[in-house]
Amino acid sequence: MLGKGVVGGGGGTKAPKPSFVSYVRPEEIHTNEKEVTEKEATLHLLPGEQLLCEASTVLKYVQEDSCQRGVYGRLVCTDFKIAFLGDDESALDNYETQFKNKVIGENDITLHCVDQIYGVFDEKKKTLFGQLKKYPEKLIIHCKDLRVFHFCLRYTKEEEVKRIVSGIIHHTQSPKLLKRLFLFSYAQNNTVKKLEKEKLASTQKEIRNSCSSVLGTVPELFSLRLPAYFVVPTPLPEEDVKRFQGHGIPIWCWSCHNGSALLKMSALPKEQDDGILQIQKSFLDGIYKTIHRPPYEIVKTEDLSSNFLSLQEIQTAYCKFKQLFLIDNSTEFWDTDIKWFSLLESSSWLDIIRRCLKKAIEITESLEAQNMNVLLLEENASDLCCLLSSLVQVMMDPHCRTRTGFQSLVQKEWVMGGHCFLDRCNHLRQNDKEEVPVFLLFLDCVWQLVHQHTPAFEFTETYLTVLSDSLYIPIFSTFFFNSPHQKDTNMGRESLDTQSKPLNLLTVWDWSVQFEPKAQTLLRNPLYAEKPKPDKGPRKGMRFKHQRQLSLPLTQSKSSPKRGFFREETDHLIKNLLGKRISKLINSSDELQDSFREFYDSWHSKPTDYHGLLLPHIEGPEIRVWAQRYLRWIPEAQILGGGRMAVMSRLLEMMEEVQDLQEKINERHPSQAALHAETRHAEASCLLRNSARLSSLFPFALLQRHSSKPVLPTSGWKALEDEEDLAKREDDFVDLGDV
Amino acid sequence: MGCFLRARLSHSWELQEQRVSSMAAASTSKYNSHSLENESIKRMSREGGNQDLSETVPRLPGEMLITDKEVIYICPFNGPIKGRVYITNYRLYLRSLETDSALILDVPLGVISRIEKMGGASSRGENAYGLDITCKDLRNLRFALKQEGHSRRDMFESLMKYAFPLAHSLGLPNHHWRITFINKCYELCDTYPALLVVPYRTSDDDLRRVATFRSRNRIPVLSWIHPENKTVIVRCSQPLVGMSGKRNKDDEKYLDAIRETNRQISKLTIYDARPSVNAVANKATGGGYESDDAYHNAELSFLDIHNIHVMRESLKKVKDIVYPNVEESHWLSSLESTHWLEHIKLVLTGAIQVADKVSSGKSSVLVHCSDGWDRTSQLTSLAMLMLDSFYRTIEGFEILVQKEWISFGHKFASRIGHGDKNHADADRSPIFLQFIDCVWQMLKQFPTAFEFNERFLVTILDHLYSCRFGTFLFNCESARERQKVMERTVSLWSLTNSNKEKFKNPFYTKEINRVLYPVASMRHLELWVNYYIRWNPRIKQQQPNPVEQRYMELLALRDDYIKRLEDLQLANSAKLSAASSSPPNSSQMMSHLQTQF
Repeated sequence: MLGKGVVGGGGGTKAPKPSFVSYVRPEEIHTNEKEVTEKEATLHLLPGEQLLCEASTVLKYVQEDSCQRGVYGRLVCTDFKIAFLGDDESALDNYETQFKNKVIGENDITLHCVDQIYGVFDEKKKTLFGQLKKYPEKLIIHCKDLRVFHFCLRYTKEEEVKRIVSGIIHHTQSPKLLKRLFLFSYAQNNTVKKLEKEKLASTQKEIRNSCSSVLGTVPELFSLRLPAYFVVPTPLPEEDVKRFQGHGIPIWCWSCHNGSALLKMSALPKEQDDGILQIQKSFLDGIYKTIHRPPYEIVKTEDLSSNFLSLQEIQTAYCKFKQLFLIDNSTEFWDTDIKWFSLLESSSWLDIIRRCLKKAIEITESLEAQNMNVLLLEENASDLCCLLSSLVQVMMDPHCRTRTGFQSLVQKEWVMGGHCFLDRCNHLRQNDKEEVPVFLLFLDCVWQLVHQHTPAFEFTETYLTVLSDSLYIPIFSTFFFNSPHQKDTNMGRESLDTQSKPLNLLTVWDWSVQFEPKAQTLLRNPLYAEKPKPDKGPRKGMRFKHQRQLSLPLTQSKSSPKRGFFREETDHLIKNLLGKRISKLINSSDELQDSFREFYDSWHSKPTDYHGLLLPHIEGPEIRVWAQRYLRWIPEAQILGGGRMAVMSRLLEMMEEVQDLQEKINERHPSQAALHAETRHAEASCLLRNSARLSSLFPFALLQRHSSKPVLPTSGWKALEDEEDLAKREDDFVDLGDV
Repeated sequence: MGCFLRARLSHSWELQEQRVSSMAAASTSKYNSHSLENESIKRMSREGGNQDLSETVPRLPGEMLITDKEVIYICPFNGPIKGRVYITNYRLYLRSLETDSALILDVPLGVISRIEKMGGASSRGENAYGLDITCKDLRNLRFALKQEGHSRRDMFESLMKYAFPLAHSLGLPNHHWRITFINKCYELCDTYPALLVVPYRTSDDDLRRVATFRSRNRIPVLSWIHPENKTVIVRCSQPLVGMSGKRNKDDEKYLDAIRETNRQISKLTIYDARPSVNAVANKATGGGYESDDAYHNAELSFLDIHNIHVMRESLKKVKDIVYPNVEESHWLSSLESTHWLEHIKLVLTGAIQVADKVSSGKSSVLVHCSDGWDRTSQLTSLAMLMLDSFYRTIEGFEILVQKEWISFGHKFASRIGHGDKNHADADRSPIFLQFIDCVWQMLKQFPTAFEFNERFLVTILDHLYSCRFGTFLFNCESARERQKVMERTVSLWSLTNSNKEKFKNPFYTKEINRVLYPVASMRHLELWVNYYIRWNPRIKQQQPNPVEQRYMELLALRDDYIKRLEDLQLANSAKLSAASSSPPNSSQMMSHLQTQF
């Protein structure tokens, strides 16, 4: 430990006593005795980043073992982040620093990552907002990535306290204009990184390649929400598409190998006027007729606005859920531990995940087993539509489980699909009601799949965790716009204004911005079972590409090579039968449940093909808390030298060993170089050497506990109300009598 | 002792078990296991004895050579004789190397009473450096060894290990602890094992007086001793304090003796596993707990673990929520309402506290509940699992169960109700299952710390009920002896030990001195789905576990590469020597190698 000094009473006007907020007396806080100014970490500013205000002699609480330690330092606020500069970080081992985020340090909080700010006044914790009359002695910051910071301001000069507290509150909480986002000043000043535009263009190209050759696309920017290119059914007249600014028209998302397609549609605006309603109705009738007419197959409509989750529900659930992890101190941790399961349940977050997964299975069943097209209907087709269509694709298309595939999926369905990241993350602090973690919900659903079927995914849970963190880093443009249109207009005008300097926007997918190569290996799943390559054939030597289903939507799948000669006829027969059955089924949810159950059970009774359809388990015990994301900063929850990380590091070590051996053999014997293919992923896996004592929270939260002292529940026992009589009984019915 | 040495001869798995057995109590399994063990006996003999040994040293089935050494036997009658000594797991055998002497010593290790070193590395004089072995059959054997290179250490350690297997891993007996035969015929306590380890200072008469003050005479005896700081875990039953608050000077003195064995001034920590209300209530039936007044040098805390009836009801509720259908939308609150994991949490928390006290060297610990055969067994065995990596091996775990549960009289027959139709018997309770569940939770939290896997635990639980093996039959050792369980049944461990590969955790990494503290938080505890919900076809485990499978593939690959590399090296060197000595007449080899030459 660095400092052993003890802070004195500090003038001692008040006699502080332990409380729920500050449960150690300041006298007990061991601090760094060294001169504060002497060995302080320097403030690293990003290009375009400006220091706004600062305060010195701030004490940051660090929990270590069961006691708290204080570290003196400087608290600063820039237009990008809040940062604490102490010499705390010198404790990091060399190899641990390799896993640090290069952009966001351990003691950095981006302004967008701040969730709630609390002040402690006379040991009472209050939410801070707006203009303050009185300044707190302690500042508690809850972050959106679930970190909790405690800063003691007791030893800070009064005017500095005022400046830093009001500065932090202002810059994190007051509404902002889009143009004032740090993103733009960073982009103007950053000259190092390559343009994102290239990548963007390639994404668009991908979409175009996959469909535009056959289907009409609408190149003009006629809607503020829609991307420049999208796919609609061929017979749909173009004027129909434009009529309601893209509302009320089915847009293609993805097609199944059997030809059935997943579509989405934004609902027509709600109108009071009967006349307009009539027009809307006939318009929609026309649309439905178009897509219901042969040669198209039956379309099943899923109205997500009325029959499924509401955004409000998601928001409320997550608010409750996250509170379970934003824990101020050890006492709080153990107090909530006893009621943990019911607290979890009452948040409903896991249940919402289950409902999303279940809905995705239902849609999958319709596409896969019933050969039906599915049309997702939602007010703007940009929240639950994004979530379900991408979830279905992750489950049905193995390409979406690779890193590049998942990246294009997010890019296609969410970024280009017009998910309002700016509003949903409340980046501008303009409307708290709009803040709904839909994308996080999606990541959590994917995590459930990753957890249940690890070998099916090329990426790890760590990948998902750092992706979720990246939502709040305003140097990446990926998650800071409401639609591609908004982005383009803002970027466009900007470049016109300044002319000389093009904007240098970074994409979140360039992981090298945040992580060293060694840390990036943690994003790659060593267990990923790559699809076995075909042994022979003319394509040998070519780079293997996942076989993607690019069959066109809403076309009669006559030419589909997957169908055998007889299959088609039987399919026809089945479809006829099914058609009748389905019309009957529409009213009978019981039978619908049955077909769902049958589909679900039959899939789970077979061995899993990691390159085929993937269904999640949705039974109670199978939906879990994404421990890595939610528990990672809580020292009490740390298992030293244990957890999944222990197994993974063993695995990586073994891969490295095997690779070393391969190299040795190849050196001696080049003719056996064919061995090389086996363990391609082992590159740079030596990162985890000597890792026997890694914490279960690795690669996050490295510093909390170094010793091997156990954490003991502080409050464990509660009386069993319902079993009082049993509890009082003797173990064995023998009267010991007098001996 | 006699029967236990006899047992050593016949079955190899027992040999191993007893060799490493840390305590007298563990040494009670003497089951018939020929059928399952034949294979391994054969294998071992092949590996164990070298050719020389098999010709010159008589061997019994399962006997294997540990070490051999050239020594000088200082014969009190004929003077020094040069010879070679062979130490097996059964005997010490010496054959003279001098042509004019045909001397042979053949001494079963059980005969050895004491082994002493004589002389030091710098001792002068002929044959001054060596070992002096005192035998129970009225003779001494003196061996002189070469002074250089600590040549006697190996022999000394082997002899200590195999002659005194009981005491091996804990270094017993020592100056502070002794083995007592006071319960040889179960006359002191019929639910305790025949051999007990008690403080050196306390006489058997003292023990008898202490027994009158402990429920069912279950006096405090040693469970585990810390190899470095010498703090101990001691187990017993509740003191018979009663309503009147009786005291017993001998008991008080005895606890003080225990406290003093690690030469520390700190207080003795007493963990009463019960909730304090129950401990108080037990006074009404003559029981109770150690009061501050009577035990000045002890500090008592309650661990709040509920009784067998609460646990039984809790498990019933678990069944209700998982069978036949798994509760879906209210899974978490239903799970919470069973309290099962809450009980697991309390048991683990208690064990962590015990382990922490001992590991930190703060003080020795005495654990009891009411009778000291349910909660006490859970706590001592879990604490030992946390403290001592030996118990995290397959054999070690078997010994742990054998010792803390089977020998110390966990009432398996009553708790499980073997063969008894009275299903509502209030004596039944899933205490052992709960212990195994705790072990599983630890396994889950530390996936590389255990030699065994989940399957091993499930297998143990399956045979807890199967009655195919004698292991879990009857309530205590004395009953097992009366019923001749050892002769009439086979041990479960013979099954597990002969199929070890099946039960091995591929990720296991041996770490000798590592203390494991699981996190006893609901955030990490989970219902053991693969055991409790294994009958539900919807919730099926991925078999084999993909992580494990991938790892095994890599292991196989590694071994394959190592072999290839060796082959290549071999071939290269062969080639080099061939090239230098003789013209390359073997074109066959050349083409086979396909090297760049």
